[in-house]
Amino acid sequence: MNAHNPSGWRPAMPLDAPPGQHAATSSGDRGLMLEEPLIFELGQPGTCGVDLDEPEMAVLPGLARYLRSAEADLPGLSEPEAVRHYTRLSRQNYGIDLGPFPLGSCTMKHNPRLNEKVARLAGFADVHPLQPVETVQGALGVIVQLADWLTALTGMDAVAMTPKAGAHGELCGLLCIRAALEARGDAREVILVPESAHGTNPATAAFAGYRVESIPATIAGRVDLGALEARLGPDVAGVMITNPNTCGLFEPNMKRIADAVHAAGGFVYCDGANFNAIVGKVRPGDLGIDAMHINLHKTFSTPHGGGGPGAGPVVLSAALAPFAPLPYALRQSDGALRLIEEDTAPADHPQGLGRMTAFHGQMGMFTRALSYILSHGADGLRRVAEDAVLNANYVLRSLEDVLTAPFGASGPCMHEALFSDEGLPEGFTTLDLAKGLIDEGFHPMTVYFPLVVHGAMLIEPTETESKSGLDRFIASLRHVAERAKAGDPALKSAPHFAPRRRLDETQAARRPVLVWEGWT
Amino acid sequence: MTPSLGGSEAMRYLPLTASDRAEMLGVIGAADIDALFADVPAEARLDSPIAGLPRHASEMAVGRHMAELAAKNLSAGNAPFFLGAGAYRHHIPASVDHLIQRGEFLTAYTPYQPEIAQGTLQVLFEFQTQVARLFGTQIANASMYDGSTACWEAITMAGRITRRGRTVISGGLHPHYIAVATTMARFTGDVLLVQTPELTAAPDDAATIAAIDDETSAVVVQYPDVLGRIPDLAAITEAAHSKGALLIVVVTEPVALGLIEAPGTLGADIVVGEGQALGVGLQFGGPYLGLFGCREKFVRQMPGRLCGETVDADGKRAFVLTLSTREQHIRREKATSNICTNSGLCALAFSIHLTLLGGAGLGRLARNNHTRAQAAAAALTRVPGVSLLNDSYVNEFTLLLPRDAREVVNDLAGHGILGGVSLGRLYPGETDLHCGLLVTATEMTTDEDIQQFATVLEALLVDTHEGAPT
Amino acid sequence: MTIYYTQDHEWIAVDGGVGTVGITDYAQGQLGDITYVELPDVGASVAKGEAPCVVDSVKAASEVYTPVSGLVAEVNMALEEAPELVNEQAESGGWLFRLTLTNDSELAGLMDRAAYDAFVGGL
Repeated sequence: MNAHNPSGWRPAMPLDAPPGQHAATSSGDRGLMLEEPLIFELGQPGTCGVDLDEPEMAVLPGLARYLRSAEADLPGLSEPEAVRHYTRLSRQNYGIDLGPFPLGSCTMKHNPRLNEKVARLAGFADVHPLQPVETVQGALGVIVQLADWLTALTGMDAVAMTPKAGAHGELCGLLCIRAALEARGDAREVILVPESAHGTNPATAAFAGYRVESIPATIAGRVDLGALEARLGPDVAGVMITNPNTCGLFEPNMKRIADAVHAAGGFVYCDGANFNAIVGKVRPGDLGIDAMHINLHKTFSTPHGGGGPGAGPVVLSAALAPFAPLPYALRQSDGALRLIEEDTAPADHPQGLGRMTAFHGQMGMFTRALSYILSHGADGLRRVAEDAVLNANYVLRSLEDVLTAPFGASGPCMHEALFSDEGLPEGFTTLDLAKGLIDEGFHPMTVYFPLVVHGAMLIEPTETESKSGLDRFIASLRHVAERAKAGDPALKSAPHFAPRRRLDETQAARRPVLVWEGWT
Repeated sequence: MTPSLGGSEAMRYLPLTASDRAEMLGVIGAADIDALFADVPAEARLDSPIAGLPRHASEMAVGRHMAELAAKNLSAGNAPFFLGAGAYRHHIPASVDHLIQRGEFLTAYTPYQPEIAQGTLQVLFEFQTQVARLFGTQIANASMYDGSTACWEAITMAGRITRRGRTVISGGLHPHYIAVATTMARFTGDVLLVQTPELTAAPDDAATIAAIDDETSAVVVQYPDVLGRIPDLAAITEAAHSKGALLIVVVTEPVALGLIEAPGTLGADIVVGEGQALGVGLQFGGPYLGLFGCREKFVRQMPGRLCGETVDADGKRAFVLTLSTREQHIRREKATSNICTNSGLCALAFSIHLTLLGGAGLGRLARNNHTRAQAAAAALTRVPGVSLLNDSYVNEFTLLLPRDAREVVNDLAGHGILGGVSLGRLYPGETDLHCGLLVTATEMTTDEDIQQFATVLEALLVDTHEGAPT
Repeated sequence: MTIYYTQDHEWIAVDGGVGTVGITDYAQGQLGDITYVELPDVGASVAKGEAPCVVDSVKAASEVYTPVSGLVAEVNMALEEAPELVNEQAESGGWLFRLTLTNDSELAGLMDRAAYDAFVGGL
């Protein structure tokens, strides 16, 4: 290797592996299973992989007292070394390009490459957010066209485009609700959240300054309408409801819930995480919803990128539209596109929240999402929802003989199939099934969420899985479930064939090592 | 205006065939697809595609439509370009975009199954270390949405640590960052004491220090500040700490830290920033990535994801998301933030670019930027009527013009020059600042760009200047 | 010294006017590996039923309620370095905080060991 190896990185496979076991190698790599050290162990601070002109001038005298005492303690790699480092690391990752990624509530669908190509057009990728408006009419065009699609698909009045991700969109929606209530002099303190809700909902409500109260679910996995109606009152600012809900079920009483909340003077926030199940089939605006964020990285296929960036535009009802944040793009009657910012906001948008982020939102995600939407069109998007729901129901019915489907008897699911750990033999858990799936070459489903089901397994295949691909996944999960039922002890220590086996997460949390500490 | 793009029955992203669908419905025991939507009340169900919207379209047709939209923008590469103010145009090595498009990075989810996500996780661990070293902090997180939201998260974190609710904000903080904090503070009840920005050669350190008192939770200072000036962080640190307040430093141009001292080294308690300048293009404002570093003792109060080192069952080194009990999916309404995502792919791009540069390359890049900026300042201040505000700057400085810089910027654009950011755009309500023009030069700025800018600026100002008193 | 138990699986050992609070061995077994303990501030006033302390495992954060009201007199600093003490010695060295009791009558509502064991046995 090289001299910089203070943390003692070693080839991963010990040379003295017991006789009879898989042969050890001197490198630690095994064929195409490649180990990779940290950049700090590979590189040196003096190395640079970018050719830069030598600076031709001295430092400004006024800057002299602020200069660094030493160069930043950061390793450099030449281009070939860097390409190899990141390519080798990439091979330790699973991605939707490799196979199904059936994480419930995450909507991991195929990421079309046209979207990537379009987003990289210089006219989108190489444009500054503060350029004069006349020089960015195409960028504003993307925002306005996407906004038109989102409002049409949801049946809502307006959309706030700037939120950076779903959780930021939730925050935007709740702040709009607060602003609307404050504007009518109504200080309400409580947001109601069903107990099946994703943790973001209560976190967002608290971040927006609200007190959170939980509403129970019925045995059928829906919001308990009676309990909800009983709790409504003059202190309730609104409810946050996920529909389709986190159990993969549509809330049939949504309109009734909305009417009751409105009658009590509150607002309805819908978590749009599961919009993929209903896009083109149901318009949330028809259900009485006041605000809903749309995760462009879910329904509209922008890549997850190993955990972001997301994008979370929020569609708003007429009652909340006046409070949307700045800036926003607007089509004038003459067809020209304007940007509404602080200079004209007092006249154009006097009740607006102000900014929630520095610039115009996730433009690079807007171009991708618009490209996806135009590719599908109104007919294709409808088919997206239909095939997503069809695929999920196919999984549900193909596995309910080996796994317990807690709501299977109550009818079809929406875009995700939910199972519980009921019926697994003593000593075997949902986690074991998930890790067993890894050995089968699949990314596991969402596990232990929603919390209302014990040992939950939430499977969202999405519409971009073929039937033959689903059949392979179903066969593998069936096999793993049967191994558990047969008491196969090897399943308890799965995965065996992944780049790493189960991790010591306790150690990681008890004594956190968050940065590499070498070279000191 | 959405044109109809046309198309046939096939849809390239949907693999199910008609016979697949029929067979699957048979397995499910449903008569048709609509039976699967039985829970949706009939009156809410749409029976056909939403009217007035186009049907699906081929890759070729969509590509053409998007290219037409892109062509309506004046891209930075097609004009002499001098904008900054929180978003910077640097050369991004070709390998960066190639590597982030590898499907295993691009199409992976948050690494919740660490056994098959070590690529993403090791990158995050390397990224955290790079950010911490760049900022001079002990630790850093796995990234936030952007600089402006990271700044607000830092303010709330300081409030949790000090249990105080008043934040002093320097007038040198980017006005959009102030706007984000103001939006949020209106709802949380935090008090923000924002200093008035002024056109002075040095930043407003004295006014900022004077506003600190025993109830101050944190002091927020941008470094270099929005006008390109360098605040004296050591002095502000001392003033803040003497009152029990924390110092939050905001960095919008990380390349500058190749030249000037790391904020953590000068005593900052929390350092946040916008990482876009390294590896991430302008993209009309997003997606970018928030950088977040701080003292190790504050780790339990940090927002956002953290990646930590551990071992697997074989004792091999491995990485995993950790300390997640701070986060929304576990602590729900008591979480440190509602943030779920980080800005993973942008963090990867940042990390690759910084790995290609290394400490030495970053330093050389920053000096190179500094000299380009000096060349631009020299040429532009030779234009009659134009003067330089700053005593100090790295790659961004403020010019004082003889008339409202907003008009000048628009006139420059009319001549095909993207000539900086007017302070009137950033501060529409502060008329005293409207003669200010914020100009940035980077390694991308050529002598020809500078000469063209100076020539056109002189021509635009000649009338103004001749009529103006000297 | 008398030890009392709650239905939320806390114990309090009372000696004179001071009570030492922890979670029961049963509770630590349910929580799994403890990774961090968020301790209250010394001097803080806590009312019965409040949760001045949080015990984290890898995937959960569990609030610890104070069985009775009082002033926090001392916290177990050893847990900062070694949160695993809560697993290893839940009802001795893994104690969480000490209170100066402000309302002794609240003790009357708590369980003794036999009652607690019967309660756990019924879970």
